[in-house]
Amino acid sequence: MTGKTLYDKLWESHLVKDLDDGNSLIYIDLQYIHEVTSPQAFEGLRLAKRSPWRSEANMATPDHNVPTTTSERAQGVEGILDPVSKIQVKSLDANCTEFGINEFTIDDPRHGIVHVIGPEQGRTQPGMTIVCGDSHTSTHGALGALAHGIGTSEVEHVLATQCLQQSKAKNMLIKVNGELGRGVTAKDLVLAVIGKIGTAGGTGYTIEFGGDAIKALSIEGRMTVCNMAIEAGARAGIVAVDDKTIEYLKGRPFSPSAELWDQAEAAWRELHSDDDAYFDKIIELEAIDIEPQVSWGTSPEMVAAISKNIPDPAQMENDAKRGNYQQALAYMGLEANTPIQDIKIDRVFIGSCTNSRIEDLRAAAAVVKGHKVAESIKEAIVVPGSGLVKAQAEQEGLDKIFTEAGLQWREPGCSMCLAMNADQLGEEEHCASTSNRNFEGRQGFGGRTHLVSPAMAAAAAVAGHFVDVRDWT
Amino acid sequence: MKKFIKEKGIVIPLDRANVDTDYIIPKQFLKSIKRTGFGKNLFDEARYLDKGLPDQDCSSRPINPDFVLNQARYAGGSILLARENFGCGSSREHAPWALEDYGIRCIIAPSFADIFFNNCFKNGLLPIVLDNKIVNSLFEETVPNEGYELEVDLTEQTILKADGSVIKFEIDCARKKSLLNGLDDISLTLLHADDIKNFEERWKQKSPWLFT
Repeated sequence: MTGKTLYDKLWESHLVKDLDDGNSLIYIDLQYIHEVTSPQAFEGLRLAKRSPWRSEANMATPDHNVPTTTSERAQGVEGILDPVSKIQVKSLDANCTEFGINEFTIDDPRHGIVHVIGPEQGRTQPGMTIVCGDSHTSTHGALGALAHGIGTSEVEHVLATQCLQQSKAKNMLIKVNGELGRGVTAKDLVLAVIGKIGTAGGTGYTIEFGGDAIKALSIEGRMTVCNMAIEAGARAGIVAVDDKTIEYLKGRPFSPSAELWDQAEAAWRELHSDDDAYFDKIIELEAIDIEPQVSWGTSPEMVAAISKNIPDPAQMENDAKRGNYQQALAYMGLEANTPIQDIKIDRVFIGSCTNSRIEDLRAAAAVVKGHKVAESIKEAIVVPGSGLVKAQAEQEGLDKIFTEAGLQWREPGCSMCLAMNADQLGEEEHCASTSNRNFEGRQGFGGRTHLVSPAMAAAAAVAGHFVDVRDWT
Repeated sequence: MKKFIKEKGIVIPLDRANVDTDYIIPKQFLKSIKRTGFGKNLFDEARYLDKGLPDQDCSSRPINPDFVLNQARYAGGSILLARENFGCGSSREHAPWALEDYGIRCIIAPSFADIFFNNCFKNGLLPIVLDNKIVNSLFEETVPNEGYELEVDLTEQTILKADGSVIKFEIDCARKKSLLNGLDDISLTLLHADDIKNFEERWKQKSPWLFT
């Protein structure tokens, strides 16, 4: 008999039953909730007079449209200037109180981006099924959990039934062999993967990331990789449990302790694909070939290595791709064949559920230390992923390094990744951003996003244009 | 949920690949705590020339005459013809809500993003996957022919063209049943409440740390 993949194991352990119509009922261990995709779900519960199946299997926090300036945040929810955002955050507070759901409110020191605080608190654990009304829920797969985004109807469904009706995805293995070069990070790795397989390359699959380069990544690096599985079209990305996973979970507030820890650890250590597991698709990359990446277009697959030029649509193999590339370059205000290093930057954003953890901030701080942000930069902001990341960074003096270099040090939240709050790009402004999406208008009406790693964003802040961080001194 | 049985309507061709959910409904409109009213901001950044704001009266905003929804010949259209990877990006259900609120009932494309595809079925919208060649030919027929209509029949899994020819399409039988009957998924799942409880009991024995 063929062995099982990690995804097969996670699926089978949560299978309540196969339904007559070909779907399956899958049990959900944990749901994360935020203010934007949940109000209509709670309203649905109220209208149908339903209550949560297991309220303690949910954890909430407002993150998408909270302000990040210290002045607005000083007064908690009342300090939110945008009245519409304030209503949404207040609705979350009221709904969590009404339905008995644990919420880290805006003024809680543990508040932050839901995909940062979940693992930080030890709520995310290996072997769990985790959902959230947010596509970047794939992040939690870094700890060997099956985690993916859902729509609001399914948020309500999970609240009411603790289950989802699903059909099983196919298995894909992305194996990254060898060692990443100096200055090349998890972000560059995942951008290179998306560049290779495209934004629909993983559609219908759960992607397991494996190989020596993935094993060598920290848990935070693996979170960056799994976070962007959705940008490759896969709802879920996962990494097998190893010693690093176990070490990461030890002693976190919601991690099991004493005897339960021993029992959990033994179960978690089984969470890897069998040697003879069958994958529907296997893609291999050599880590040594991956350079620091910069996105130049309006889709995360439109990336190029820092040493290269913007591709020429005329060289594309078909009309459709040629058209897409032309459209993207027109929106971005860029010319084909321009060296990536010549792209000038107006703003810098270091943050988001992709890259706002302590290691990301350390990497960015190491680059800007002793330098100043280029005069041509209108604004450079650093938005830590959580209150605890912020406190840790301040303890290490990273905030001082940033502010002395001329970057702003903000309060936690999703911020300019999706620009639902006041942190937005102006029209035609180019931004070096550590976030995950470079869609048209994503970071502000008419804004132009370039996705990069924290170190690359920091270097661009100092230089005013993209530079190869491998040459940084 | 609204049923989907049959839909005859004008076809709106949106000739753009990788249409993402930010393009379908920009983030500033996600601050609403309601499910309705998103139609006027569907494709907001392409449809209007200015930056849209929540709760704004859109009737006096400058429109982009080149955008397909602003062309009189497509007014009242209910079938959206699209390109590959439609609906990629975020999980926001506001995207299908905006399409539905505008009056779209069916989207035809060579491929869809997973989460968006799934969200459509929760809102009485039918996404149909057709071979790229067929989608190409539909674009070629729609653009020069004003008033071009298609009739989609979910029971028969057919698309009837004005010339009488028929295109067959595939759909998962659970989703078909759910759309045809306008079923409430939660009520259906709760029919299995005993199975869920039994599973939960077994799972608790096996993984007690998840239930502390």
